[in-house]
Amino acid sequence: MRSKVVLRRLYKNRQARYGFAALILLVALAYVGPLFGNYEWTEKDFLSFLSPPGPDHWWGTTSIGQDMYAITLRGMQKSIVIGLLVAVISTGLAAIVGAFAGYFGGWVDRLLMSGVELLLVLPSFLIIAIVSPRLKSDASWLWFVVLLAAFSWMVTSRVVRSMTISLREREYVQAAVYMGIPRWKIIFRHIVPNMSSLLIIDATLNVSAAIIGEAALSFFGFGIQPPDVSLGTLIASGSGNATGYPWLFAFPAGLLVLLVLSVNLIGDGLRDALDPGSNS
Amino acid sequence: MGKYLLRRLAINVILVALAASLAYMLAATTMNPRATYQGRQPPIPEAVIDQTLDAYNLNDKTPVLQRYATWASGVIVGDFGKTWNGGSVNAEMGRRIFVSLRLLLIGTILGFAVGVALGAVSAVRQYKLSDRLIGVSSFVIMAIPVFVLATLLAIATYNVNRGLGFTLIEYTGEYNPRLSGFDQFLNRLNHLILPTISLSLGSIAFYSRIQRNMMLDVLGQDFVRTAMAKGLRRRTALTKHALRTALIPSATYFAFAFGTMFTGAIFTEKIFAWHGMGAWLIDAINANDVNSVAAVTFFTAICVLFAAFLSDLLVAALDPRVRVS
Amino acid sequence: MSILEVKDLTVTFPGGIQAVRGVSYEVERGEVLGIVGESGSGKSVTSLAIMGLLHRNAVVTGSAKLHGRELIGMKEDELIKVRGKAISMIFQDPLSAFTPVYTIGDQIAEAVRVHQKMNKDKAAKRAVELLDLVGIPHPNVRAKAFPHEFSGGMRQRAMIAMAIANDPDLLICDEPTTALDVTIQAQVLEVLKTAQRETGAGIVMITHDLGVIAGMADRVLVMYAGRPVEQGAVDDIYYRPRMPYTMGLLASIPRIDGEEGALVPIEGNPPSPASLPPGCPFAPRCPMKVDMCDEEEPPLVPFGGGRHVACIRAQEIEHKGLTGADVFPVPVIPPSDVVRVPRAERATVLELNDMIRHYPLMKGAVFKRRVGTVHAVDGISFDIAEGETLALVGESGCGKTTTLQQIMQLVPPQGGRVVVLGKDSAEMDSATRRALRRDVQIVFQDPMAALDPRMPVGDIIAEPLRAHGRKDVQARVAELLDLVGLAPEHAERYPQQFSGGQRQRIGIARALALEPKLVVLDEPVSALDVSIQAGVINLLEELKNTLGLSYLFVAHDLAVVRHLADRVAVMYLGKIAEIGTVENVYDHPAHPYTQALLSAIPLPDPELERSRRRILLEGDLPSPADPPSGCRFRTRCPKFARLTEAERRRCVDEEPSVARLANTVDHGAACHYAEEIEVITASDDQEEK
Repeated sequence: MRSKVVLRRLYKNRQARYGFAALILLVALAYVGPLFGNYEWTEKDFLSFLSPPGPDHWWGTTSIGQDMYAITLRGMQKSIVIGLLVAVISTGLAAIVGAFAGYFGGWVDRLLMSGVELLLVLPSFLIIAIVSPRLKSDASWLWFVVLLAAFSWMVTSRVVRSMTISLREREYVQAAVYMGIPRWKIIFRHIVPNMSSLLIIDATLNVSAAIIGEAALSFFGFGIQPPDVSLGTLIASGSGNATGYPWLFAFPAGLLVLLVLSVNLIGDGLRDALDPGSNS
Repeated sequence: MGKYLLRRLAINVILVALAASLAYMLAATTMNPRATYQGRQPPIPEAVIDQTLDAYNLNDKTPVLQRYATWASGVIVGDFGKTWNGGSVNAEMGRRIFVSLRLLLIGTILGFAVGVALGAVSAVRQYKLSDRLIGVSSFVIMAIPVFVLATLLAIATYNVNRGLGFTLIEYTGEYNPRLSGFDQFLNRLNHLILPTISLSLGSIAFYSRIQRNMMLDVLGQDFVRTAMAKGLRRRTALTKHALRTALIPSATYFAFAFGTMFTGAIFTEKIFAWHGMGAWLIDAINANDVNSVAAVTFFTAICVLFAAFLSDLLVAALDPRVRVS
Repeated sequence: MSILEVKDLTVTFPGGIQAVRGVSYEVERGEVLGIVGESGSGKSVTSLAIMGLLHRNAVVTGSAKLHGRELIGMKEDELIKVRGKAISMIFQDPLSAFTPVYTIGDQIAEAVRVHQKMNKDKAAKRAVELLDLVGIPHPNVRAKAFPHEFSGGMRQRAMIAMAIANDPDLLICDEPTTALDVTIQAQVLEVLKTAQRETGAGIVMITHDLGVIAGMADRVLVMYAGRPVEQGAVDDIYYRPRMPYTMGLLASIPRIDGEEGALVPIEGNPPSPASLPPGCPFAPRCPMKVDMCDEEEPPLVPFGGGRHVACIRAQEIEHKGLTGADVFPVPVIPPSDVVRVPRAERATVLELNDMIRHYPLMKGAVFKRRVGTVHAVDGISFDIAEGETLALVGESGCGKTTTLQQIMQLVPPQGGRVVVLGKDSAEMDSATRRALRRDVQIVFQDPMAALDPRMPVGDIIAEPLRAHGRKDVQARVAELLDLVGLAPEHAERYPQQFSGGQRQRIGIARALALEPKLVVLDEPVSALDVSIQAGVINLLEELKNTLGLSYLFVAHDLAVVRHLADRVAVMYLGKIAEIGTVENVYDHPAHPYTQALLSAIPLPDPELERSRRRILLEGDLPSPADPPSGCRFRTRCPKFARLTEAERRRCVDEEPSVARLANTVDHGAACHYAEEIEVITASDDQEEK
């Protein structure tokens, strides 16, 4: 019944509606679009280097004859997958660490929170930048996802912790304690579900943060490694020639902005729908 | 109070030491400074390379723990060692901190002031046209990563300059060294325009969102009503009572941003070719410059912790509820 | 001539929700008008509309004239000259009503400077004078304190100081004492009376507490579902109510001078302003309802003697001289079997022996550090026999909630012993503790917070059953819902879909799921409206009698306690001040604190209230982190003040323990100079014994 109310509110929310529509279109473009293109993303057309958008190469070609349409969509697929995976991992991690630290308190709390503190002080950018280009395996991008997720959950886990501390004092949680229900069960039955709005919103916003984070690292060549492509690597190679060959920059950058915007719109709409009382 | 500060200081020293050591170990084990000397024409003899690397404490033939010990004993007395080509890391850092500072100071303050003002206006005029306009623009701006925004600005400026036939707005570097005196000052300001826009737009959007939310929270509260019940005008009640109270969270973010300002802005510096701290990190990683990487990490950790302390102090100053009596 | 004249005022919120549907009243100089109503009756919205303080999207129609000048629709330039000058307002929650970042003195000085040409120093001085006037000790120091550094009572005094800063003609008090403890409430009401004397202002007193109004008001307006349903002189309303809602309301209030036995509940819930019934809004809950009531909403018509009533059967009520007890059915509660056995022969379900609970006092949100120890509970002893209800009463900060938590946790206390159903909590292993949890259950204060909002009611009630491995869960849930007066199909709904009283019934069902022997009730009715409260109290009494339960009942409302409890323990600052049977403690209180507490409770009886002698306590509760030496109550004790120097020595040096009073079986007080007196109905003309 609550989910119905939320869905109805979400549907009424204009931001969320636009966000969902845009996201569905973008995902469809990323996964269905390549089927209609004239070229594979791995193909190179040696007859047209740096040709502007036209009937053959819809979005033009790169300096080595790759079809921009094909590789941009391929890059977008990667960005979407990375965004989703990072968001799920980091929000999950934040929820578990935060809830345990907050609920158990004492040394568990101190241990977990000093770990969080250390991770916050560690130069995440530097570590990913050094480690990620040196990952030499087929699934190196998965390691990259793990690295991104490992450095993006700490702030949320602090929020989760402080929410847990206040939820712990709630009477229905105390009621469960007085019923003799084991503590880990209380965490998963009463505490985490009651933070679901926070977690859903956080996960959504983490998707866009991860997409930007990936693009930012790839911009300097520290993220996705060739021959694989992502929106970040494409923007990086396109931005150098952006004045002369704008299509190299415009398409990946535009799609990146649209992607992030639509996810953010959904996140904001979700917040309104799930947490009508709060503005934060 | 004194005991608390001491404890906090001790924890922070440990955190900084841990972070810097970890960064050093990571850099020292994975980076290869030798590569920059190998494969040159004419080739440099191996013994000479070893000698050079030894002098800089960068030789991968020395056990990493021994190199770490040498590095750490230097750091304790305030010497961060040599860069990959033999320069002093300390001197480089001293120079670059001020480059970053000159770049960021205006943008940081501008972003905060404009953002807070827009956010407050937006909240007071909730659901009106101005609110929607501010909301939509901040949404769009927040979706544009800074490197895309900076590139867009650079393209736009390039086209404007080309259209005008002369350089109206500079889009690369910090200043033109050939100018002097007042001309150079103006030239420096001109060079600041683009990076400042690219830096502050994002923070304006960020602060305006926060400030709007905080302000809306406060507007519904009883004390604003009390202030009006006293006979204050709505406008006075809003600025003197609501805004003052709602300012606390954005001010703490600002304090944090102010503290971390010294660590530079990676993308803006790289894209607009300013040689500040942010650009240094990228350059150092690309140049296999182990000591510089460690020094940047060390400095960043200090700045982050200092900034956190600064924002705690500011909260205590602004909010009597958290002050210790 | 009247100061304020309100006519046909309506307030409509976006979405067409009519919160106020035609309110008219007048207030004269020096007069106190009481506006009574339950939550959602529109009583607060009315006054905010008059002040022009409602959100801009609320539509206000009708008229409100101050000295003949129309306030509704007045321009801001004019309105700011009225607000805070001619009309002042005192809000319910003084913590959120002060801006947290400015000092109290500055905020009062600001109010002065808005309307009077005065320099800053003079305004600050005036603020100190005002604080002094409302009885704040060391006003020049306290003026520099921030709102959060004030106690609730002191904040409300400061609020009054701010309201009278410009000598207003009219004071609107919106639930001014609802958030306060009774002894503090008595102080604040006294300050309000002083303020009225000083300013000669008219007062509009908005409250849900019929006791508070009885002593203050000259005339009363009763509101229901956004409209006045009865209006008249205070004595008429209390002694001769002619509208069934007023009658029911008065009959449903538990009274400290009342008899034991069932209370008169009003069935059902107040209607939501979004979906009002077609005719009289009270008709669905009214036992006197006839078909005609559904046809048209009865207007508020004059009834003679300045009275107005909105009921088509008012004449008949008048004629037959009906009272609430005649009209509303009084439920019959079956008596308990257990009580036939003398107390001494019954088993003891709970025993506390010198129980102590201290915890560290932390200060500062950013620079957190330990600054002391809170002596929350400092050695208390009591026991509960089978089938008995012991009430633990006291004001906030007295340690009653801490006591309850310590009992429920079933862990060894820091000092003393807690024995539950014959098992010492210090000697329990986890299996015993788990098994014991079946027998000890709890009902919480806030019926919203006590139920997980994400679980359907069936799962909530089933949770303890499943946790203890019961089969036949579905059948038991249905049985329990039936037991507390809900329908089995309610199991599929979520807590949000129920009203406060129903939610509390769900909480009771959950507590009873495992057939416990002892149920701890943590302020089970204090969050409920009066008309709902009676039903829940009756239910608790009935369940106790039919199921043979024992209750530990924690409450601050002494009137409710009188109805439900067999024995009562009065706590003050972590200690028991007085303990004994309800009759003994209420009728012959021996401890000065109990006496003050009982005398502070307002009675819904205007004549008694006017003649009653109150024992007012000085100041606030001392900090439990730094309790006074010897007797903890001596700093505020009216008796201590009358003792000789030599007698006082003993109070300062020696901590009194609970001693049995002479000639009684079950009555003890922790006072060196305990002396039984009667306070509930004691009046001015009665001389102290």
